[in-house]
Amino acid sequence: MADILYFGRLGDVTGIPSEHIALPSNISNTLQLRTWLDGEKSLGGALLEKTVRLAVNSEIVADPHPVKDGDEIAFMPPVGGG
Amino acid sequence: MITLSAQPFDAGDELKAFEARASGAGAIVSFTGLVRDRASDENVRILHLQAYSPMTERGIEQAAARAEARWPLTAIRILHRIGDMGPGEPIVFVATASAHRRDAFEAADFLMDYLKTEAVFWKKEVTDTGERWIEPRAEDYQDSARWALTGED
Repeated sequence: MADILYFGRLGDVTGIPSEHIALPSNISNTLQLRTWLDGEKSLGGALLEKTVRLAVNSEIVADPHPVKDGDEIAFMPPVGGG
Repeated sequence: MITLSAQPFDAGDELKAFEARASGAGAIVSFTGLVRDRASDENVRILHLQAYSPMTERGIEQAAARAEARWPLTAIRILHRIGDMGPGEPIVFVATASAHRRDAFEAADFLMDYLKTEAVFWKKEVTDTGERWIEPRAEDYQDSARWALTGED
């Protein structure tokens, strides 16, 4: 099982801020994860956008980065506070 | 030195506390960002700030360390709201102390540009007609790019 977090507008798009899911055996990196989740949820590409970065266990990573059970994986649209 | 707060804060109180902590400095610069009451000709009701702890705090700490390495600062304070806030409420407070004003001005400016474009926050504006997530503007990225170091670092 992995924890998937959807931040910012992606929480609205998916309808959930986070979920605890079993990763299928053919999903082993961030690129595969994006494609699989986007398809599962019929998001039309929201998780595939280049400006959406992924963090694995609180580190921002470049695609394709390995993912496995036990990971916390965050989908992060462009950030900015202030 | 770095705080994310779900509760409202008083920028005046923060400045007083910082002045006490930074006593002996020749210069103190502080910046307070407030929630605007209008956005794209609409009345703002609520601004919602989301963070990803502890990544958000860690990133701000690293930015503060970069500021300390670049300018001779004697103290730094960064306070950022999370959660829901209303128009006119402070959203961010940044203060820097140094022997001379230029270093304190520049460091505060640098830290605000970091907070606007790189700090791990997401902002949602709720107006009379609906809600929308706000991402940094092109000008924000240009402001932030001014601090890129060329060569010497």
